[in-house]
Amino acid sequence: MFKKDITPGAKTKVKSSAQRGIRTKILDTYPLLTPYIEDILPKKEQLDLIKLPDRVSLYTLGTTPLFFQHMDDALMPHLALVHRYPGCFARLRIDRGAIRFVLSGATLMTPGLTSAGGRLPGDPEDAEGRYGREDLEPGTVVVIEAEGKENACMVGVLKAGTAEMKKVKKGQACEAGHYLGDGLWALNLG
Amino acid sequence: MATETYPRKVTYCGVCTLPPEYCEFGGTTKKCEEWLEQNHPDMHAKLYSQETIEQNLSALSLEAQKRAEKDSQKKAAKAVAAEARAQEQRASSKILIKRIERNKRKYVTAVQGLEAFGLDIKKVAKDFGKKFATGSSVTKIPGGGEEITVQGDLSDDIYDYVVETYKDIPEDNVECIEDKKKKAAG
Repeated sequence: MFKKDITPGAKTKVKSSAQRGIRTKILDTYPLLTPYIEDILPKKEQLDLIKLPDRVSLYTLGTTPLFFQHMDDALMPHLALVHRYPGCFARLRIDRGAIRFVLSGATLMTPGLTSAGGRLPGDPEDAEGRYGREDLEPGTVVVIEAEGKENACMVGVLKAGTAEMKKVKKGQACEAGHYLGDGLWALNLG
Repeated sequence: MATETYPRKVTYCGVCTLPPEYCEFGGTTKKCEEWLEQNHPDMHAKLYSQETIEQNLSALSLEAQKRAEKDSQKKAAKAVAAEARAQEQRASSKILIKRIERNKRKYVTAVQGLEAFGLDIKKVAKDFGKKFATGSSVTKIPGGGEEITVQGDLSDDIYDYVVETYKDIPEDNVECIEDKKKKAAG
């Protein structure tokens, strides 16, 4: 979505009623964030909305980007937020070979997730349940981590269910929404 | 992992802005490594130790390794080329400070070319206004692009200010032009 460098549009303040709406929406979509919502989005603070090209809007608090949204699609977390609260999102892991493709903005393909280095929910090697137990539906917002790395490298929307992925092991897995080093990441909110 | 406290503090590389563990995919690996060594020696020791590198390599098949190698080389070359180009552009681009006569004794001063030096002209315009206590705005110019228009004849003051405040702009690249008539003596 942000392969090219982007120029931000106008920055506007979000109405407090709209801000409440966003807050409940965030909690609906990412219930795991509930304990931290006061830190992420304090009730008293003023949210800002920055318009980006292609009808994407970015919600920021001061200079920290929080969530972005394409039209009225699901709210997606900015990677800087994911890095701070990694455990609060649905996570998948890709193998090492796929990292360089992801970082250049390619659509994530299923083999990167099903191979030995990748992790899908319910993976037998994932004893502590870090990547969840239940299969995810297509359309879910997921955070993509990488083999041997601590931090996430991409946020995207699933194109195929994880159960299906395990069966087919082919085709597109996850649409690249926002990845490390893309235009949104490089955006300077000074 | 469950005992982790949030929010987690994440360090980002000062060169390529990615978390340091991803520097190896950024194309400016050499510089990133140097930066990390200077600023976060402990992290550098962890990420660039012989062991980690070998481990990274063994995770891939030989063929994939070669491909990745080639790809990263290409990327590095690209990054270098882009930087060189940016530098060249920086060296060749000029800041023009123009005095434009508006109404006999009244002048406006137009400043062009600041954006080539990575400045946000909207912000600079605001600064000019504050510094000189005059109206200062960003206007579109017919040939495409934008310039800063400052009210009043401030060409010399702006020249000094620009050279003074933005140290990374070489003085030779700033130029004053008189639009139309010459200034009266001095």
